[in-house]
Amino acid sequence: METVAFFYFAAVIVLTAVLVVAFRNPIYSVIALLVMFFHVAGLFVTLHAEFLAAVQIVVYAGAILVLYLFVVMLLNLKQDDSYQRQVGWGIGLGIVGLAEMIYLVLSAQVGNSPAIGTAALQASASPKVAAIVTRGNTEAIGYMLYTKYLFPFEVASLILLVAMIGAILLAKKGVLGMKEP
Amino acid sequence: MSGTEHLLYYLSDYFPILVFIAVAFAFGAGTLILSHFVQPKLPDAEKLSVYECGSEPFSDARMPFPVRYYIIAMLFVIFDIEILFLYPWAVAFDKIGMIGMAEMVIFIALFVVGYIYAWKKGALEWD
Repeated sequence: METVAFFYFAAVIVLTAVLVVAFRNPIYSVIALLVMFFHVAGLFVTLHAEFLAAVQIVVYAGAILVLYLFVVMLLNLKQDDSYQRQVGWGIGLGIVGLAEMIYLVLSAQVGNSPAIGTAALQASASPKVAAIVTRGNTEAIGYMLYTKYLFPFEVASLILLVAMIGAILLAKKGVLGMKEP
Repeated sequence: MSGTEHLLYYLSDYFPILVFIAVAFAFGAGTLILSHFVQPKLPDAEKLSVYECGSEPFSDARMPFPVRYYIIAMLFVIFDIEILFLYPWAVAFDKIGMIGMAEMVIFIALFVVGYIYAWKKGALEWD
């Protein structure tokens, strides 16, 4: 069951990831990417990472994809295949990446632990957290994030603030080709 | 419980979602297939032309969009991520107490700063 679910999600992810770069029409690529994001979320669910699955759908399938869609529309891409040409060193890099991945897969310890994230959390955390973990991944993340990891959480908010200001500043300055009002 | 049994039990929580997806696909595909077989097909030249009140297409639909949309989209992404942090906070709220409350107030206060900045800079306006 577990293996079937994994192979289904993995197969669709690989297929749609290839389609993203294989489609000539960039909008089709974005749709293939959307299908891929949903299947990655499914993979997270089988790994007992419910919160991560929800994040995957809300942020990646919801927000990041909108950004990709806007980039495609802003750049005014026609059915243009000038990006599809194979470059020699690109193929070389691909072979290196593939070799690395094969090496990693072959050297990895193949274990049978469906709830590895939860188990690790249970092992590392206090009994209180362990009690929460049995009830839900999201609650455990909430507890850890707002007690032990509260500083990284506040730093994350600062980073997001910087990102927001940076985005407005860049667009307002006309870097993206916009006229100052 | 063995691993597989446990996973099966766990995935049964997601069965309603599977039903949702199946119904959505079945409705979409079913409507198209049914209408394909049921609809009468009597095409003529007038029927296939652009509707008389519509305008003839005068340019390619793939025109570049104003960059304004992109700012809105980026702000949406950032606020989306902010909202995301609220879910685990809300679920674990009874465990983290006042400290958690204070943290979230600081977090949202920082976002309000960004929001005011966006507002003052006119990033939310469509001029």
